[in-house]
Amino acid sequence: MKLKHVLLAFAAIVGASLSQADDFPNKPVTVVVPFAAGGPTDTVARLVAQAMSVNLKQTVLVENVGGAGGTVGAGRVARAPGDGYTLLLHHIGHSTAPSLYRKLSYDPVADFEPIGLITDVPMTFVARRDFQPKTMQELIAYVKANKDKVTYANAGIGSASHLCGMLFMTSIQTDLTTVPYKGTAPAMNDLLGSQVDFMCDQTTNTTSQIKGGKIKAYAVTTKTKVPSLPSLPTVDSTGLPGFEVAVWHGLYAPKGTPAAVVDRLAKALQAALQDPTVKQRFADLGTEPVALNRATPEALRSHLRHEIDKWSPIIKQAGIYAD
Amino acid sequence: MDLIANLGMGFDTAFTLTNLFYCLIGVFLGTAIGVLPGLGPTATIAMLLPVTFNLPPVASLIMLAGIYYGSQYGGSTTAILVNLPGEAASVVTSLDGYQMARNGQAGKALAAAAIGSFFAGTVSTVLIALFAPPLADIALKFGPAEYFSLMVLGLVVAVVLAHGSLLHAIGMVILGLLFGLIGTDVNSGVARFTFDTPQLADGVSFVVIAMGMFGLGEIISNIEHESTRSVMVKKIEGLMPTKEDLKRIAAPILRGTALGSALGILPGSGNILGAFAAYSLEKKISKHKDQFGKGAIEGVAAPESANNAGAQTSFIPMLTLGIPSNPVMALMIGAMILQGIQPGPSVITEQPQLFWGIIASMWIGNLFLIILNLPMIGLWVRMILVPYPLLFPAILAFCCIGVFSLNNSDFDVYLIAISGVLGYIFSKLKCEPAPLLLGFILGPLMEEYMRRALVLSRGDATVFITRPISATMLTLSAIALVVVLAPAVRKQRDIALQE
Repeated sequence: MKLKHVLLAFAAIVGASLSQADDFPNKPVTVVVPFAAGGPTDTVARLVAQAMSVNLKQTVLVENVGGAGGTVGAGRVARAPGDGYTLLLHHIGHSTAPSLYRKLSYDPVADFEPIGLITDVPMTFVARRDFQPKTMQELIAYVKANKDKVTYANAGIGSASHLCGMLFMTSIQTDLTTVPYKGTAPAMNDLLGSQVDFMCDQTTNTTSQIKGGKIKAYAVTTKTKVPSLPSLPTVDSTGLPGFEVAVWHGLYAPKGTPAAVVDRLAKALQAALQDPTVKQRFADLGTEPVALNRATPEALRSHLRHEIDKWSPIIKQAGIYAD
Repeated sequence: MDLIANLGMGFDTAFTLTNLFYCLIGVFLGTAIGVLPGLGPTATIAMLLPVTFNLPPVASLIMLAGIYYGSQYGGSTTAILVNLPGEAASVVTSLDGYQMARNGQAGKALAAAAIGSFFAGTVSTVLIALFAPPLADIALKFGPAEYFSLMVLGLVVAVVLAHGSLLHAIGMVILGLLFGLIGTDVNSGVARFTFDTPQLADGVSFVVIAMGMFGLGEIISNIEHESTRSVMVKKIEGLMPTKEDLKRIAAPILRGTALGSALGILPGSGNILGAFAAYSLEKKISKHKDQFGKGAIEGVAAPESANNAGAQTSFIPMLTLGIPSNPVMALMIGAMILQGIQPGPSVITEQPQLFWGIIASMWIGNLFLIILNLPMIGLWVRMILVPYPLLFPAILAFCCIGVFSLNNSDFDVYLIAISGVLGYIFSKLKCEPAPLLLGFILGPLMEEYMRRALVLSRGDATVFITRPISATMLTLSAIALVVVLAPAVRKQRDIALQE
């Protein structure tokens, strides 16, 4: 009797999820962005959501649930039903959260079904206009020689600029005075006003200032040069071989989302990444969509693992926590 | 002359039928969400971002800008009528505006606010057109040390705001500072007063505290005194200001515009300081000092002018440098990127139509606002005559919707309930919430700037007096402190002598 009930219930669930996958999506899909509206991640999300809605023939809404370095929004999606109607679009911070937050309410790997990578936003080493070093090599030498004088700005604990700075200091084995800000805007403001010496931040935030000649730029942090900033060499080729940071963005569903639904979403994502407007806007931001074979669940799963393994020793060694 | 040619191009752009239409839609929506307590421009613009995808870039930015300054207009309406400041800057307006409404002068208060705002909007539009790039450069001269000293000046000047017991005021400032400390420390990443609640990790929203303390607290105490309502809201006097009123507000509007424009350029908190500073200045130099806090028309006109001037000039860093000075500007930058425009120093040269079009549309938008708002005053005023059993639940519902829309979080709705209860307790204890809000806003900023200045100077505290702008501001604070305290000291001595 009891067994029969359980079986019936099971069949009902399987049936429901099958039919869900069949006519998925039959109502609007919500993409949670765990940061404030108007920021770089929000912009990426809105461009992708707009293009995905064309492919899914359903509205894809962007909902901003900011707070605690993205962990509030990610936690909400982790607890959402696994039906594919609530998704998370998060950046590199998804892989550093378990090292930065000791009391995380979710597991970034076990609580999510990866859908695919979206873009790797390169970062740039930039400095105030009147900063002495002229090239990346000079910057490294100058920083090592004047470590008690130089100041490095970042956009707050756990931000991409913080991570890049940590990796830089580990690579050149020099500790610098770090000046944290609440977000990139005030940090960039002080860099423009020559209050602080240098920083490393996403092309999303630095490209227009570099092109406007308001700040000095040294190098990009990706393995290859960036098309929108052709004059900049890579850090990898200018003194720090192997140095690589990118603000990669991924799309996730809550755990338990049926494989068919995840596949459908991955297809929509791939279609969105081929959309000409998305490509053009990404290029404006100094980035490009990932290759289609990386916009897949497997690619995101292994990339997430790899990034967790890369950052957790660096963060542990620096002894930094965000809670 | 370049300026005239440029402005001509701007008006050409703004005067197309499409752009006029979206400007009107923007200011109308802005007024509406400003009037509805709780709903603010940030949430509205975020919700409208998808719509702007399908609009031409200039039209969409004109509309979004209209929503922003339109909401500054509308926000003062609720601050005056029901004591619900939706924005930091309207806190000051509610101090005397609400008292005027209780005296039956709601119409006059609203008109003073509208006229002041229009004047300030016009002046600051010209200011942006003439001086945007050089002004942005001046703002960049402000480093952490200068900001710290500016905050000190703001806090000192704000001492004037307190009426009633000085002890209560200081207690409320300190409580405000403590509330402001909630959240993750920028420098060390240590969570302060968060009790392991992730929703508190970024601190408590200003809107939650302001609406809870002012609005909900006021509603609860009003329900308590329901029988006395007829006494409280006196018969409505003339809706429009008399000639004498206009004379009284002319100079305050000028001073408010000047202060607001200057402080609005500074990213972060300039807009708030502008309104507070304008109010304090009027209170100090007015011939009607005794009326402040009881319904002085200058106390509405000056901060409203400052508020609107600041809202306009806060576009300067965004348009000339691509740096957002507040969350609304961050959204405007997001909207530009979605349209394929790279915000930054090159906008002026590469997108002159956009730049000058937005500037021209601001003036047109301000004109729309005054045309929309002046005839509406009679309607708004009648709103306070709506029976309580209808008005209060409606306000409560809108507050909850508005607060929820800030971050799509139900946690904030519980917080506003708690701060409403606190607001009621404070009104019972005769503690003014204004100093608390000031401590709440300025305290954490002061800490942030002070520590950043010290990090940059490697712990050398003389940086505050060796940098000229910072030193000037600290000197001004010292002078202001002496001026403010001297009469009080004298008075107390007199009282002591009498005893």
